[in-house]
Amino acid sequence: MAIGVKTMRRPTQNTSYLRATLKGMALTFRHLVNPKKVTIEYPDVKPPLSDRWRGTHRMAVHADGRPKCVACGLCPTICPANCIRLVPGEDDQGNRYPVVYEIDEFRCIFCGMCQEVCPVEAIHVGQDYENAEYTRERFVYDLDRLMAQDHPFSSLWDPADPAGQ
Amino acid sequence: MHEFAPMSPTAWWIITVVKILVVFVVILITVAMLTLLERKIAAWIQDRLGPNRVGPTGLLQPIADGLKNILKEETLPEQANKVFFVLAPMISIMPAAITFAVVPFAAPLPTPWGLVDMILADLPIGILYILALTGLGVYGIVMAGWASNSKYSLLGGLRASAQMVSYEVSLGLSLIPVFILAGNVTLTQVVWDQQSGLGLWYAFPLGLSFFMFVIASFAETNRLPFDMAEAESELVTGYHTEYSSMKFSMFFIAEYSNMVTASALMATLFLGGWDIPFFTFDDMRVIAPGVVEGAQPAVWKTLLTLLSFAIKTFFFIVLFMWVRWTVPRFRYDQIMHLGWKVLLPVALGYIVVVAAAVLTLDSLGIEYGFLYGVILTIVNLIPTGIFLWIIDRDRVIAGSAAPGLEGKRRPGMPVGVTATPVRAGAAEEAAWR
Repeated sequence: MAIGVKTMRRPTQNTSYLRATLKGMALTFRHLVNPKKVTIEYPDVKPPLSDRWRGTHRMAVHADGRPKCVACGLCPTICPANCIRLVPGEDDQGNRYPVVYEIDEFRCIFCGMCQEVCPVEAIHVGQDYENAEYTRERFVYDLDRLMAQDHPFSSLWDPADPAGQ
Repeated sequence: MHEFAPMSPTAWWIITVVKILVVFVVILITVAMLTLLERKIAAWIQDRLGPNRVGPTGLLQPIADGLKNILKEETLPEQANKVFFVLAPMISIMPAAITFAVVPFAAPLPTPWGLVDMILADLPIGILYILALTGLGVYGIVMAGWASNSKYSLLGGLRASAQMVSYEVSLGLSLIPVFILAGNVTLTQVVWDQQSGLGLWYAFPLGLSFFMFVIASFAETNRLPFDMAEAESELVTGYHTEYSSMKFSMFFIAEYSNMVTASALMATLFLGGWDIPFFTFDDMRVIAPGVVEGAQPAVWKTLLTLLSFAIKTFFFIVLFMWVRWTVPRFRYDQIMHLGWKVLLPVALGYIVVVAAAVLTLDSLGIEYGFLYGVILTIVNLIPTGIFLWIIDRDRVIAGSAAPGLEGKRRPGMPVGVTATPVRAGAAEEAAWR
């Protein structure tokens, strides 16, 4: 038996080029005279971010300017991307503090687990995404830089119950 | 009849040079602004904003683009034929720049030195000059395609030549009814006939000609849906793939000034040129240097008619852009089908219809005037209706199978395969399986 090749019989209103064109032109004309402007003019206008947006890190600071970090070592342990380098130190009173605290923002996957695991609410992911740099080295944020960040924290936790108790 | 003092040769020279400069500069500025308008219209249709960084609402974008094109590196492909590669943009831009010369753009202007025609050169051959020069424009494109020594450019050039040759025939034939009515090929006479002779814009008594002329103009200016020569998605950018900097820009300027000329031509031939509808104060023509028939020329009339002409031309330019951002590109075979199998026979048939109608009306002794035009308009509805009916049912343009091929072997089908129509019935469905 010969192979049948399907040729569809469609009504004229479905195949007419002329009608389709006129319909299309009516549609484009409606948009032309009354465009639904959805563009956000980015550098001038910034899109609203979710409170839970996880972006560039930020280290919380005590009133006297010391980092809140107690160098417990939980964040480098939990970090799935292994992007946090922490060298702990201890002062005369036995208080632990970070001697070196570096986050490689290139390796970071912005999961926010460092913020969740931190017992003293020191390290946070923040509501920020404009972290472009000219060199790769600049993406390794040291402690001073983390403390100098001033964008809002990501609110992964309930602000009324920060310790989660 | 209004007579003006003859112009001295010196005044004539100065005024002509000034006119040429002004028209040329205005065309170039219009072209520059059209590139912005095109992007703006594209953006609005697609719910975007369009260029808005350079100047207020992006108005200085054309200057930035021009500056960029001047400063960019001129590439000259190693394998290209140097002479023709450099020559092609020039050949492309020349016809585009000089076709506007025969288009009358306003009523004659009275000045202290005499009466100034608002047309650069009122050639007796009028439209034939435009047809001849737009025909030359394709040489630039073909030459660019060939000299680039690139497969994309060559394909673009080939397609452009095939398409332009095909549509030039329909373009010319669709104008013959206009010549039959006007009895002349000079554009000033065509305008005068629409103002006063027939008293009706040719778009009404010659609606089908108008429609076909618009379609053929789209093809001639290489605009979507006929931009086979560029076809970004298939041929990179077609004939100007290998060009950069101002050489590329020259092709671009050529395309846009062709568009301006085509729009001006549509306005002149079918929408009365610079005529202002429903008023007779602007109905005038120059019958000899300094002698005007009809209304009294005045400066304000010149300005108003110029505005009228600009509005009509602008309407067609926007139509060009509107269609471009709506309709997808035709396939090559669809273009050939539309050009040779639809437009050409319809144009030929329409000439016969119009000629017969004109002959009948003349032998019936109906005076050439408004009534004549109204009767022609009614007569015109019949072929227009038939044409639209054909186009509406033309499956080949729609891209599906040609009607009448069911059960027959289609070219290129393997032996033993037949095209079978599929109908709704279950029996047929089963038999087909």
